[in-house]
Amino acid sequence: MTAIPIVRARWLDDADSIGAVEPGLMTPLPTDADELLSKNFASTRNACKLCTPLGACLVFRGVEGCIPFLHGSQGCSTYIRRYLISHFREPMDIASSNFHEESAIFGGSANFQKGVMNVLRQYQPQLVGAATTCLAETIGEDMPRLLHDLREQQGDRITAPIVTVSTASYRGTHIDGFHAAVKALVEQLGRPGENTGAVNLFPSMVSAADLRHLKEILTDFGLNYTLLPDYSETMDGETWSEYEKLQSGGTPLAAIAATGSAESSIEFGRTLADTETAGTSLQKSFKVPRHLLGLPIGIRESDAFFALLARLSGRETPVKYQRERGRLVDSLIDGHKYVFAKRAIVYGEEDLVVGLASFLCEIGVTPVLCASGGRSRLFEKALREAAPSLPAETLVKEGFDFAQIAELAPSLKPDFLIGSSKGYQIARSLRIPLLRVGFPIHDRIGGQRVLHLGYRGAQEIYDRVVNALLEVKQDNSEVGYAYL
Amino acid sequence: MIDLLPERQPQVVRKTDGAPTADMACGKASAAGSVSQRACVFCGSRVVLYPISDALHIVHGPIGCAAYTWDIRGALSSGPQLHRNSFCTDLQEMDVIFGGEKKLEAALLELIAHYTPRAAFIYSTCIVGLIGDDVSAVCRRVAEKTGIPVLPVHSEGFKGTKKDGYRAACEAVYKLVGTGDTAGIGPHSINILGEFNLAGETWILRDYYKRIGIEVVACITGDSRIGDIRRCHGAKLNLVQCSGSMTHLAKMLERDHGIPFKRVSYFGIEDVSAALYEAAKHFSDDPTIMSRAQQLVREEIAAIYPELQRYKQKLVGKRAAIYVGGAFKAFSLVRALRLLGMETAVVGSQTGDLEDYRQLQEISDPGTIIVDDSNPLELAKFCLEKDVDLFIGGVKERPIAYKLGIGFCDHNHERKEPLAGFVGMLNFAKEVYASVASPVWQFAPRRAGRVKEASSA
Repeated sequence: MTAIPIVRARWLDDADSIGAVEPGLMTPLPTDADELLSKNFASTRNACKLCTPLGACLVFRGVEGCIPFLHGSQGCSTYIRRYLISHFREPMDIASSNFHEESAIFGGSANFQKGVMNVLRQYQPQLVGAATTCLAETIGEDMPRLLHDLREQQGDRITAPIVTVSTASYRGTHIDGFHAAVKALVEQLGRPGENTGAVNLFPSMVSAADLRHLKEILTDFGLNYTLLPDYSETMDGETWSEYEKLQSGGTPLAAIAATGSAESSIEFGRTLADTETAGTSLQKSFKVPRHLLGLPIGIRESDAFFALLARLSGRETPVKYQRERGRLVDSLIDGHKYVFAKRAIVYGEEDLVVGLASFLCEIGVTPVLCASGGRSRLFEKALREAAPSLPAETLVKEGFDFAQIAELAPSLKPDFLIGSSKGYQIARSLRIPLLRVGFPIHDRIGGQRVLHLGYRGAQEIYDRVVNALLEVKQDNSEVGYAYL
Repeated sequence: MIDLLPERQPQVVRKTDGAPTADMACGKASAAGSVSQRACVFCGSRVVLYPISDALHIVHGPIGCAAYTWDIRGALSSGPQLHRNSFCTDLQEMDVIFGGEKKLEAALLELIAHYTPRAAFIYSTCIVGLIGDDVSAVCRRVAEKTGIPVLPVHSEGFKGTKKDGYRAACEAVYKLVGTGDTAGIGPHSINILGEFNLAGETWILRDYYKRIGIEVVACITGDSRIGDIRRCHGAKLNLVQCSGSMTHLAKMLERDHGIPFKRVSYFGIEDVSAALYEAAKHFSDDPTIMSRAQQLVREEIAAIYPELQRYKQKLVGKRAAIYVGGAFKAFSLVRALRLLGMETAVVGSQTGDLEDYRQLQEISDPGTIIVDDSNPLELAKFCLEKDVDLFIGGVKERPIAYKLGIGFCDHNHERKEPLAGFVGMLNFAKEVYASVASPVWQFAPRRAGRVKEASSA
């Protein structure tokens, strides 16, 4: 007689260890994780970062009527356009000065001038946002001088202001380019004036849905504000009835000028603590106090944001948001068993990872690896401050790439990955879910509409995490329960 | 109102009825400040070499160029997947100051040791020459130490156009040609050049040639291996598809190894049939090849024809705009659309040459706008002027179409559906139909007005 094989569902094996008290430490983390990395490669393999000008281009499309302009060769603009279009699914025109060999030898001044004049003529922009590339920086292009020459030779024919930002791609990542462009905008366009009582909010690189949510929150607190950048409409807009050369929406130039006369600035990004930013610049030049907060992801980081808004506005947090927080807490309780002690690999821009890891710790998920291609040198400090319950064993890696994450991942036994779509191959090889957040999301529709911020954003992420884990449990069950 | 920049005007012509057609300006560097849809020299090299799946491809420069070209193409491999990684020296400020040679050498040695590729391609990006790196010297040293070919690709972005990048790629690949054993290659053998196995298209074509009795030695570079390329000089005929990218290689093979080449296309029933017949004609010493080719074409057309006719009924009279990388593909698309009863009202390419544009004018209908190295504003202007129902292009053109409520079909390197061969024609028809016939356009503002007008009339 043949014995009937006893098939044991995979999730039952996981359940063996229920009873452990500390989240995430059911199976200890490997202590020799660094040895698992085959070695420290001199090269970057599958980068977990993009180049600096990309961030600047996105910022410039978040300014009303602004056309991004890259001073460099044609490919930079084309590649960045394609990369952004694939995420936002919106037009993303970026002009280029189209360097040739002569420009690299004799300087790109002639091309810059011709390029700017052509762009002014074709697009009639309100602003040209000129960012440099590694090529322009390497040959030592002096942007103020190029601007000076341009003004001297073209005079009144220059129909829009031009903001320049230095974004050499061998210095930092796309997020540094992002912050540098915001800083350049307020430094070059901000004006002093009588205190308007308004708030500046520099939200960092978040989704279009996040930007809309932030505007809603600020409005509900009754605050006047400048949100910079604001690509909530330009990069997530409607279908047109007439052709729009530059999609409508974005932070108005007047609002950028008014950043110098605001009551205070709020800046998101714990890893910016040692960096000169738009916020510190306004503080220095116009004595606008700057409040640096973490990205408001999860409960505590959102609490801090709402508390600051309550203080600045002199109003209590509107009931609407109190209720959102209440429902969020209620749902965390409803779902806590499904997520407790699950292990996550979190990757992306440093401040996004800090926010996500902080929220995951709040719900009982253990981030086993927090990785970023950035190198702020503040990543670990920021993480531990935002997520005090993060286990000491959690690996925190700056300057990391996807090949390194892939090498570590199997031994970390993660239950899911959370980050951009670029982690898909790792999730696929481990047969675990990938929660797509941040940028880029190139393999799903709606990346620009993923909400991360505030209680509402936390709710969305939470529901997605829980449901992804439930789906794994259900799919791997031999029985196939339709009731969980 | 969208105006053409004065310096762009010579690059746009309208085919007039009967009148002698004007020659277009083309082959120029893009106008500064226009948002050209082109990329750069590096891009040209990278797209051509990318599908070689057992080679190490390392980008020497800061991170951007490598990051933007990581696993973005639909070029499939039946074996190794090494090409789907993005390796980069990720130069930092100190490297820019002190030079990147040491880092490149270290990177190559450890990557070659770890991944054991059959060869390595080193792509120079914009700043490499400027910081004084002697990439060729590093390549020679590493080749000596590792025993594999280590090939520099001179693809500095600003040193020309995408076409120069194709040329640099051909030069790099050509260093491999002639180093392999050609024993066993038969008399009826070909190389397929300029075909990249997007969504498995090379496999479809290889199957056709096999069925008619022609041996494919190497496809360069779709699903190719270094070993195939080394022995491709043993083939008796080269069939060049993406002519812009691979004619240079074909000419070198003709010059040094006496292999003739023919330009072909595998898009559309007429062109893929012609491609098979071309090869069969070349090997006329064996008439069974031609009879098998005819048999194959008959069978394949019979298999798709009824379904194609169904789509055609729905598509007759619709107008399309085409904007693609190479002009040769544009010819095929004009013909393929015509087969579906559609008219091409706007057609252009990033890198066509004078001869391409002359030919394009010849096959186009009167009134067609023909454009070289266009940009979003111009393309939008032409689409509106001609009131097209469909735009065929790449990802960068997609939002132009969608924002104006126009259907779109991706015919670029990122596509995931095979469009080559007979089955590809059917896929193409399906996609065109799905793009044009979707009910969503009725809600797009530009069309919604017309729907209203029509219903109230």
